[in-house]
Amino acid sequence: MYEYVVQAQEFISQPWPWWMGGPVIGLTIFLLLYFGKEFGLSANLRTMCAADGAGDYADFFNFDWEKQGWNLMVALGAVFGAYMAANYFDTDYEAHISEAAVTTLNKMAGDEILTYGNVPLVPGRDIVHQDVPEFWDIYSWKSLFSLRGLIIIVFGGFLIGFGARYAGGCTSGHAISGLADLQLPSLVAVMGFFVGGLIMTWFILPYILRIGF
Amino acid sequence: MRAFKYIVVGFIFGFGMWKLEAISTFRIIEMFHFESFHMYGIIMSGVVVGLIITRLFKTGKIKTIQGIEKKFNDKDHTWPRYIIGGIIFGMGWALTGVCSGMMFVLMGAGYTVFVVFVGAAMAGTFAYGYLRKWLPH
Repeated sequence: MYEYVVQAQEFISQPWPWWMGGPVIGLTIFLLLYFGKEFGLSANLRTMCAADGAGDYADFFNFDWEKQGWNLMVALGAVFGAYMAANYFDTDYEAHISEAAVTTLNKMAGDEILTYGNVPLVPGRDIVHQDVPEFWDIYSWKSLFSLRGLIIIVFGGFLIGFGARYAGGCTSGHAISGLADLQLPSLVAVMGFFVGGLIMTWFILPYILRIGF
Repeated sequence: MRAFKYIVVGFIFGFGMWKLEAISTFRIIEMFHFESFHMYGIIMSGVVVGLIITRLFKTGKIKTIQGIEKKFNDKDHTWPRYIIGGIIFGMGWALTGVCSGMMFVLMGAGYTVFVVFVGAAMAGTFAYGYLRKWLPH
């Protein structure tokens, strides 16, 4: 019995192919609709603001936020799920990106830092990648206290929070739920996401990454 | 128990997003450089399956757990908010490589600095709520 458990763990621990997005996202959408809710995680930011008393400053936060508690539970579940995946169901902590993407990242860094087949999953240290070069050590408290890290983490977060509410949804609410419901406004929002993402990735991010390097 | 079922849904989502590498900023940069099909595959396969499921609920073939038909709200057909808001969100997504769902995933995986990111995202949401009446929608 035990060896089957180990085998199952090893099986799950492999990198997942893209088409697993279908079952994972499909199951998420199905369960939430079945419970009478909708899939959209950025709404939690509004709920958290409202719960902190933001309603005193703007009517936008005067709503029955306690009814949104279920969505906070979804976010909490995502925290647990990621904890399990990262600690017990991952072996190499790698982003299995294409060779072309590695070349692009090295061009952004202006140095041959990353090698194909050995790219950490996120730009930060993990159990496997303890020696992540400083240039790609972004998701850390140390990095937060540099201008570059401050822009990426604080300004990036601000844009996400502002943009998601302005557009009325994020990747889950518009790109998944909205498109799956054939909502034209969601398609426009997703095109907006792409225009913004392309501008940032091609014309701004390369300069931000070089700050201090 | 009522909360537990939502935690299970989030668990599946968070676990899957980590394993699919959708939380990786390197994957996001790769996507915006059109250098792999991976991220497009995830989103498209998710949308296709989601489309079928949404249809089944909309046509009443599947009912909710309460035994009633799920109501869907159509989004308002006003464009500036989707275009401007979308572009702002997209810039944030590409800057950090993280969207609003993935920040919870990264916190769970042990990148505690994302507490600050969530705080900043709340500040952004608050700023929108405060400035809302002056913004074009």
